[in-house]
Amino acid sequence: MGDFDFSVIIDSLPFLWDGLQLSLLLTFLAIIGGLVLGTLLALARLSGIAPLALFAAGYVNLIRAVPLILVIFWFYFLVPLALGRPIGGFYSALIAFVMFEAAYYSEIMRAGIQSVAKGQVHAGKATGLGYWQIQRFIVLPQAFRNMIPILVTQGIILFQDTSLVFVVSLRDLMTASSIVARTEGRLVEMYLFAALVYFVICFAGSLFVRRLQTRMAT
Amino acid sequence: MNYNWNWSVLFEPEYFGWLISGLGWTISVALCAWVIALVVGSLIGVGRTLPNKFLSKICTAYVELFRNIPLLVQMFIWYFAVPEMVPEDAGRWMKREMPQPEFVTAVVALGLYTASRVAEQVRAGIETVPQGLRSAAISQGMSIAQVYRYILLPISFRLIVPPMTSEFLTVFKNSSLALTIGLLELTAQSQQIAEYTFQSFEAYTAATVIYVLIALCATVIMSLLERQTRIPGYSGKES
Repeated sequence: MGDFDFSVIIDSLPFLWDGLQLSLLLTFLAIIGGLVLGTLLALARLSGIAPLALFAAGYVNLIRAVPLILVIFWFYFLVPLALGRPIGGFYSALIAFVMFEAAYYSEIMRAGIQSVAKGQVHAGKATGLGYWQIQRFIVLPQAFRNMIPILVTQGIILFQDTSLVFVVSLRDLMTASSIVARTEGRLVEMYLFAALVYFVICFAGSLFVRRLQTRMAT
Repeated sequence: MNYNWNWSVLFEPEYFGWLISGLGWTISVALCAWVIALVVGSLIGVGRTLPNKFLSKICTAYVELFRNIPLLVQMFIWYFAVPEMVPEDAGRWMKREMPQPEFVTAVVALGLYTASRVAEQVRAGIETVPQGLRSAAISQGMSIAQVYRYILLPISFRLIVPPMTSEFLTVFKNSSLALTIGLLELTAQSQQIAEYTFQSFEAYTAATVIYVLIALCATVIMSLLERQTRIPGYSGKES
């Protein structure tokens, strides 16, 4: 422990920074994709149309029963097969994360949609708005607002989960750290540094969530 | 889509054996980690609610530390970094003589990580118990230990059974991360079958079906437990 080598961290900072950018980009795109798909799944589940609701419920429960790593393996195999050509690791991983996170976001959005008082939907119908207008102008904006703290928390979890692209050797922060750790033989320094970076970002995120919650409570 | 289906590959003795062995490891890692998570998580969760500022700060620090670092990073730190950081003899023992190093490391890492999540549930459960009950107990002359032993813990542990169900399911799913340190659990075995036979679809389907069955069993067990432990007339929502 006495020979903790800071220089290996400093020397590899540009390489790690590239990795972190990939982690953040993947997180950002997966949040957006997952949120859109998740909201559609939640609407399908609450639509009252039995086949749609059943499909959405089945999908959400299936995805929530299997580990993310298995989902990543699935899409690494399925996406190139379905498209007939390889599209690169990043897009396969992105699709896997969107499909996986959509299940979790759909549960959050379902609770959010149900938190909007029924009377408002009736009022919307009474004024002559259609289904999509009611969702677009009345239900979803409120559902989204009510759920912001939980959505951000899920985003933090998603950021941590992106480290799992390690299993398909996509070069995120985790994979980059482990590459340096192995080539330089500096396992302690690199893994502790990766932990520190993840911790600072996630802890800052959770402090932000706490502030949001207190501001929304008042 | 060009794909040659061959479901029978799953029932060839060799590959079927891999799946069963993977399932065995998945269940062992998850259950052992769950025991650690329950014990450590309960202690930390109770610690966060104690009047002692110092103790509750330490327990809060534990939760924040373990919750804000990805499990994969924690697993690597336990497996690769800790043996280098402890005194030399202990490190040598961990690297050379410790039995089943991947299994032990996975259990410890997953257990201590899950403990931080269990601790949050335990703390929330204790804080849900109405303040009046605590005050009443103290005014009866009970000590802090007695308040916890006879009032807070019996109620809160029954209240947190439903939220614990999802933690219990998560521990099985998270056990798949053990494959990153070389433990051939269920996901790793299905990946290996996919690589050996090129029947990825069948191999991943088998693993998926088994995980769904595990989730179903765990849900049934927890809902039975929930029925047993529910407090009649107490929805747990009022605070």
